[in-house]
Amino acid sequence: MARLSQLVPSSGHEPPILVDDPFSEAVLSSPFEFQHALREAGPVVYLSSHNVYAMGRFEEVRAALVNWQGFESGNGVGLFNPRHETPYRRPPSAILELDPPIHDAPRHALEQALGPRMLTGFRDGWARTAEIMVEELLNREVIDAVADLAEAFPLKVFPEAMGIPEEGRENLLLYSDHNFNSFGPNNALVENGRAAFTKLVGWMGQQGSRESLRPDGLGARIWAKTDEGDLTAAQAAGVIRSLLIAGLDTTVHALGAIIDAFLSAPRQWELLRAEPTRARVAFDEAVRWASPVQTFFRTATRDIGVAGTKIPEGEKILMFLGAANRDPRRWDNPDQFDLNRDPSGHVGFGMGIHRCVGQHVARLEAEVVLHELARRVARIEPSGEPKPHLNNTLRGWKTLPVRLIPA
Amino acid sequence: MNGGRAALCVEQKELVAEGVVRLRLVDPRGVRLPDWAPGAHIDLNLSNGLTRQYSLCGNRWDAMSYEIAVLLEPNSRGGSEFIHRQLQVGDLVQMGGPRNNFRLVPADSYLFVAGGIGITPLLPMIEHAAKMEAPWTLLYSGRQLSSMAFIDRLQSYGDRVVIRSRDTQGRFDLGAAVSNLRQGAKVYCCGPTSMIDALEQFCRSLPTGALRRERFTAKVQTSPARSTAYEVELARSGKVLTVEPGESVLNAILKAGAPLLASCREGLCGTCETTVLSGVPDHRDSILSDTERERNLSFYPCVSRAASDRLVIDL
Ligand code: HEM
Repeated sequence: MARLSQLVPSSGHEPPILVDDPFSEAVLSSPFEFQHALREAGPVVYLSSHNVYAMGRFEEVRAALVNWQGFESGNGVGLFNPRHETPYRRPPSAILELDPPIHDAPRHALEQALGPRMLTGFRDGWARTAEIMVEELLNREVIDAVADLAEAFPLKVFPEAMGIPEEGRENLLLYSDHNFNSFGPNNALVENGRAAFTKLVGWMGQQGSRESLRPDGLGARIWAKTDEGDLTAAQAAGVIRSLLIAGLDTTVHALGAIIDAFLSAPRQWELLRAEPTRARVAFDEAVRWASPVQTFFRTATRDIGVAGTKIPEGEKILMFLGAANRDPRRWDNPDQFDLNRDPSGHVGFGMGIHRCVGQHVARLEAEVVLHELARRVARIEPSGEPKPHLNNTLRGWKTLPVRLIPA
Repeated sequence: MNGGRAALCVEQKELVAEGVVRLRLVDPRGVRLPDWAPGAHIDLNLSNGLTRQYSLCGNRWDAMSYEIAVLLEPNSRGGSEFIHRQLQVGDLVQMGGPRNNFRLVPADSYLFVAGGIGITPLLPMIEHAAKMEAPWTLLYSGRQLSSMAFIDRLQSYGDRVVIRSRDTQGRFDLGAAVSNLRQGAKVYCCGPTSMIDALEQFCRSLPTGALRRERFTAKVQTSPARSTAYEVELARSGKVLTVEPGESVLNAILKAGAPLLASCREGLCGTCETTVLSGVPDHRDSILSDTERERNLSFYPCVSRAASDRLVIDL
């Protein structure tokens, strides 16, 4: 499938050309062959399908993510390049697509509001929610690990923790899915999602206002920063919407990935059950192994050399987090989900100044679910053909039928 | 920003004003240095055994170097003297940080007030304010022009920068400067204690968080909230320490063998910041704002104590 073009020879300064479309259905539903070709083609590759540069090796991806001075986010972290095309079809996000200096204040406010010690108050309630959910799931013959678990749990706890009104919470999945699609090209995924998305734009615009938020939630905590003068009202409302968009689908696909990971390596479930404190490692290893966020773009702020290849100023570069997280140059047996490995340093949450600011939220959600599953479930067995969920940025499952065997 | 330790190499050392040297520091391996934002400082562990804090005053778009400026202080305990007289290009120094207790937050306009070497953290703030296209003014005073660093760098900003030598021109009228501020303005001040204290008075009626200041000497300490011993519980190990009124919590923690990194031991640098799980600290640091104090989420055990009988901390 993956082919190197024979037309353009790769000299020291011209990157090798890869003709495959990473946003095609074939690659999105099973990206590993493409990722392998990408890594092997070179440290920097040109994707002729979309006229962008790309990186798939761990070392270069990590270095580029950290180098915000050379690879900016402010020109958009999607394929669309406002330097070459007008108009900009998405308003820039309140944090993700900002560079310093205007990235600093919202970033610091979120780091403080979502730091591990700020979340301890949620743990008991979330653990109780997980207990009730697993209890209910154990009464069933077969469950869909996506709808019944990976979606159900974050939908119960995350909008509640944010403190948004109950009405419309179910819109978040659809809204966010389209948002992540729109970082890619205008393909069928984007076209098909547009109509439903457009209907929700007004609803999303109303989220984040101070009056609409419960006073004890994370949203109110972010608004409190405006009282101290650390954030403007517009920034507070904006970052709250960013959290709503970035915080649900990502976690859903990460929870799905955890189940998928244990299906791929049943021995690992025994390890977790014997030592439930491994839940945190299990989560990060699953994020490495599956990379629920597969890709993000950056733009070169100047002509910039990467491993001998020149990336010209103003060009987009596609960072393959998923490919980097399975680069054999960095990871032994990268395709293996392995609780004995130290997954720290993976780029599944990004790296550098944009590194996922919500990761402690996702980690706590995963941890309480895994603890409860490890306590109650002896084995997880496949029970039918899983179907992939296609998205231009995210990787996950649409359905994942499994049987939970009680302990 | 991390609180790690690393060695930096002195790449340049240059006299930029009377009694002020500018140092350019790089990683000896030629790699990126940790990210920072305006208001950040690093600790330097000087080989004469002292640790000192210096504000980063360079350009964060250059990830390969840090810049600091150091005033030779005749009454110093030897930190600035060591840097001025002994430290040479090519030498290695141990660094801690960077840390930031003096962040630039959004504002409709900024008033920057610098006294002497207090200009250092404000330099990158000015560049940021300019990039964000926010109106700003800098009032920069020093004893005499010849000892005021970076006047040349500030020249390009024209009349946004007001420079004044105290010996010949007298002090700024800070009261007038504050009363002329428009709504939504923020005031940033770094300079001698007398300057900060005066500004604090003038800013009384401004909204919460409108005045941000960084001191280079610790606040004069008032007497502690309690004069009797108290208990500090280390939550992770379950150890309970009894701290006598004359002892610092930091000392008690270190004696008990718990790992905790400290640096200035004056409540200035923030290195020993520790999470408070329950109990009420007697905050005696020069870092936290009043709102942060009231929240009691963390404290600095090098100088702060307990106001309640027991403090439970995350160590
Ligand atoms: C396992 C689940 C998650 C994964 C895999 C994930 C992945 C990522 C990645 C890769 C980035 C970096 C983007 C870039 O460098 O351009 C990022 C940033 C971000 N994430 Fe997450 N995320 C997850 C969960 C969450 C949650 C639960 C929240 C909200 C509570 C959240 C909020 C954000 C925000 C606001 C940013 C932007 C940070 C910035 O630009 O400074 N994420 N995430």
